[in-house]
Amino acid sequence: MKIVVLVKQVPDTAADKRLDPDTLAVDRGAVDGLINEMDEFAIEEALQLVEKHGGEVTVVSMGPEDANDAYKKALQMGADKAVFLTDPALAGSDALATSLALAKVLGTLEYDLVILGSEASDARTSLVPALLAERLGLPQLSFASKVEIEGAAIKINRLTDYGHDVVEAALPAVVSVVEKINEPRYPSFKGIMAAKKKPVDTLDAAGVGIDAAEVGWAGSRTKVLDATVAPPRAKGTIVSDEGNGGVELVEFLASKKFV
Amino acid sequence: MSEILVLVEHTDGDVKKVTLELLTKARALGAPSAVFIGSGFEKAKDKLAEYGAAKVYVAESAELTGYVVAPKAELLAKLVTDHEPAAVLVAATAEGKEVAGRLAVKTSSGVLTDAVDLNLVDGAFVAEQSIFGGSSIVHSAVTAGTPIIAMRPNATPPAPEAAAAERVDVEVTLTEAAKLARVVEKVVVPKGDRPELTEAAIVVSGGRGVGSAEKFSVIEALADQLGAAVGASRAAVDSGWYPHQSQVGQTGKTVSPQLYVACGISGAIQHRAGMQTSKTIVAVNKDAEAPIFELVDYGVVGDLFAVVPQATEEIAKRK
Repeated sequence: MKIVVLVKQVPDTAADKRLDPDTLAVDRGAVDGLINEMDEFAIEEALQLVEKHGGEVTVVSMGPEDANDAYKKALQMGADKAVFLTDPALAGSDALATSLALAKVLGTLEYDLVILGSEASDARTSLVPALLAERLGLPQLSFASKVEIEGAAIKINRLTDYGHDVVEAALPAVVSVVEKINEPRYPSFKGIMAAKKKPVDTLDAAGVGIDAAEVGWAGSRTKVLDATVAPPRAKGTIVSDEGNGGVELVEFLASKKFV
Repeated sequence: MSEILVLVEHTDGDVKKVTLELLTKARALGAPSAVFIGSGFEKAKDKLAEYGAAKVYVAESAELTGYVVAPKAELLAKLVTDHEPAAVLVAATAEGKEVAGRLAVKTSSGVLTDAVDLNLVDGAFVAEQSIFGGSSIVHSAVTAGTPIIAMRPNATPPAPEAAAAERVDVEVTLTEAAKLARVVEKVVVPKGDRPELTEAAIVVSGGRGVGSAEKFSVIEALADQLGAAVGASRAAVDSGWYPHQSQVGQTGKTVSPQLYVACGISGAIQHRAGMQTSKTIVAVNKDAEAPIFELVDYGVVGDLFAVVPQATEEIAKRK
């Protein structure tokens, strides 16, 4: 089976993220970029499915010209090839515009399954899996904690607030995974060396038939009006427990009328 | 007054608190019409009336809830086309956001998620969003189509104001595209009487310091004395001590309660991203250097197995 995994390069979570004051978009130049953590689980799931059912894994990423760490990581883990969409016209794309661009790339590929992480650590909207399913007219199998494939049928556990739903569909489908689904492998030395020779197809917007007016700042249907850094929290009271810490804690809670 | 659609979140007619918050917010911006999908409207009706839904579009067909998300978006798209509302509000839950996204594609509209406030500024809906784990605040607007806004629970204090909740039945013939992902089984994890994590006014969370699944009973005992929901850090969930539904932080839930109590949680940035906007934060941790103490209004450096049970007992004594 042919699996496409979508990966995103994001600013390091541990870094101090901010918005570019001019563009009001995430300032990607200010901090180190790396693969979105959840995407490693998507790659792992794809690799495991291919190990079981045969086939190949293509990794697709979209981002600024130098945002190549994410798909490289996927190749090192074991994906067979990469497609990288990069174009200045895509800068400023909101979730809807991003999903449109990704759908166009997917339109140029053959696949039985699209797998992606259920959340990117930068914007955390969790919108793209549902948007892609809608645009591609494919089953939406999002928040999967378990994936099983039998022939042309796919069954997942979809995590919900109350537990999970068991969901069935026919392939091809869009699956987003949560991080409870597997343990992503570390790239081996052999994998890292092999990745250097794997094909990377770099495309621009026109190359996949994207109308520049439909993406980027121009094509987005939302606009950030202003951004401010939240004021820091006031310094709190810290006490050491000398045997009465629980009672003192309740005193504090009572002073705030929680008790 | 322009009509604002509010998608009702409910379990068999038990309306979730976030819906009452959305109705309260919608009343300040226009005339709210609730959209009720699934079974149990008779049970939900009084609550929706109490919180100001002038009208309720009701779609009870079982087909609408038998497939993942898409049917709900299709029904809302029909309502948007037929009634041209000024905006559509949904809860920023996992499913609410997915409905919002699909609706945005169907209606060529903009969608904003995780709003913590919503106002009309010169006739435009402007959402406030708290991003990067609460470290930045942005204001955003939808620039095309019908504004679709997913609002976080606990963003608006719900306030009643009676209205008629007039029932308007809606029929929709689902397309085949809406019926591709079929729900064949619902598995419910019993959660007892505790409030829903994202909706709770108080959340008590346990982390690595709790040490085992059994010892989470210490966290639960304090939560129950406070009428709180129980949360867990990713470390605790990954160790299998508490279910994933309870995970607070990046890749888990974002909560913004009046009070957040962190027990045995160091406060890694991934955790902070999910609780930093809580109004009051307290922590118990044996490590005085734990980053969680940078956030707290009140912190106790000590053994949680001494401090937390003592606090639980003290609250019981005061009742």
